[in-house]
Amino acid sequence: MKKSRLNKNYDRAGWLFTIPSIVIIISFVFYPMIQAFITSLKSGMGNNLKFVGFANYSRLFTDQIFKKSVTNTLIYLVVQVPIMIILALFISVILNDKNLKFKGFFRTAIFLPCVTSLVAYSVIFKSLFASDGLMNNFLVNIHLISSPIEWMTSPFWAKITIIIAITWRWTGYNMIFYLAGLQNIDPGIYEAAKIDGATGVKQFFYITVPLLKPIILFTTVMSTIGTLQLFDEVMNITKGGPGNASTTISQYIYNLSFKYSPNFGYAAAVSYIIVIMIVILSLIQFKVAGDEK
Amino acid sequence: MIKVKNLFKYIFLSIISIISIFPFAWMLISMTNKSVDVSKGSLIPGTSLFENIRNLFSSDLNFSTSLWNSAKIAIITTILALIVASFAGYGFEIYRNKVRDRVFNILLLSMMVPFAALMIPLFKMFSTFKVFGLNTAAAVIIPSISTAFLIFFFRQNTKSFPKDILEAGRIDGLNEIQIFTRIYVPTMKSTYAAAAIITFMSSWNNYMWPLIALQSPENRTVPLIISTMGSSYSPDYGMIMAGIVIATLPTAIVFFLMQKHFVAGMLGSVKG
Repeated sequence: MKKSRLNKNYDRAGWLFTIPSIVIIISFVFYPMIQAFITSLKSGMGNNLKFVGFANYSRLFTDQIFKKSVTNTLIYLVVQVPIMIILALFISVILNDKNLKFKGFFRTAIFLPCVTSLVAYSVIFKSLFASDGLMNNFLVNIHLISSPIEWMTSPFWAKITIIIAITWRWTGYNMIFYLAGLQNIDPGIYEAAKIDGATGVKQFFYITVPLLKPIILFTTVMSTIGTLQLFDEVMNITKGGPGNASTTISQYIYNLSFKYSPNFGYAAAVSYIIVIMIVILSLIQFKVAGDEK
Repeated sequence: MIKVKNLFKYIFLSIISIISIFPFAWMLISMTNKSVDVSKGSLIPGTSLFENIRNLFSSDLNFSTSLWNSAKIAIITTILALIVASFAGYGFEIYRNKVRDRVFNILLLSMMVPFAALMIPLFKMFSTFKVFGLNTAAAVIIPSISTAFLIFFFRQNTKSFPKDILEAGRIDGLNEIQIFTRIYVPTMKSTYAAAAIITFMSSWNNYMWPLIALQSPENRTVPLIISTMGSSYSPDYGMIMAGIVIATLPTAIVFFLMQKHFVAGMLGSVKG
């Protein structure tokens, strides 16, 4: 009798502590999500909206800029995320060597890009990759290229610039996760592998990668979600240009809502495409990794 | 043979480190140069440092106001977010039951929601608010007070909190709130420090929502001003770099002073 009253008391405390966060997340995430879906079924300019069913969604199939922005976003995802993950893994395995000197220095240096804001480093990269900027000067001077690369004005190189920038900013971030993971691996496993004659490469693929799988999965999912929402860099380095050659879905939604004459209904429909992509890609990644969670 | 392999490691790490550090050196050098020299890629420090800083603060973009706006928003967001998230992380972990576990899992789903999908409804919502509407600091603060990530972070760390102390507190006659404020908060200092760093940084650097919510010039935050300067028709790079250095200082100082908490904050989300 007394126990159940106590439990009731605890239950009340449990709600007391959690209610503020629940209310805020419902009001500013879940409720807007429902609103966005309702808006996506309407069309019109500004706040003068009419219900049109799924017309906005069918319009997506004929929208060239939308297709371009989805293609670009997927290119960033498919090219940049694997490069960054592999590079970060590679760096952390080297840094995990206990005989390595200056370990602390290397780790701090490689992690340092994470302290910059996305806008700040984007503007720095914009100045470095200007057509007469430092990057081109350097490459011409070491005779790697004979004429300056059009980093910003060529559709191909604009995407490369974005990919280089994101890789610079986030590799160290991912590295920290792998370093932490590596510390939990018993060094004895490597000793045993060495005795069995496994080379460094074999150790990497048969010990390191399988044991780090949960962390690799986590970072891949986080990077995927981040890349699908890519906005700050594109806005501040290339502005999505030239034309729409480097634009992303997020930037297109922003342009539709706040730059062109505002079409909230259609923009909301585009935004639901990102939601669907995130859900599908995350599910695929969990499936591929064979995680039971 | 082994020596060669080691040499390769050092060369590789040195190259990666140089690439990582170089843009920082670049912004420090460039803030002392005239815009023309920055565009030409000059690596020699110039003499225009004071002129750049003077231009920055006297430009009609109101850089000093934006510093104040950013600081105000970041500090208030951090305080409120820490209170709300630590309450929730504590509540979900200490008073576990099936219903709340389910609610918690639903809240976690909000981490997958892209901000791009929220910006239109949030913009419409805040445009109808009489107080705390668009163009106020509150409009930027309110949506970022409660993030599933921070709740998750506090909950993960609460798992290692010794539960016996709670019983001891109850026997001593403390009520549930007192147990939280007098026992939990003081023991979890390093968790709070890590959470404060993550929240302060993401608020200080936030770009997309302030870009939409703060349309009037006098409310703008630092990232918005830097972005505006960078995208102007003929950007004054010397001045911009001075601005970027000032904007990066707070987070860089926090990073160097509290590197351990900084990393702990990032990792807190994966362990357990």
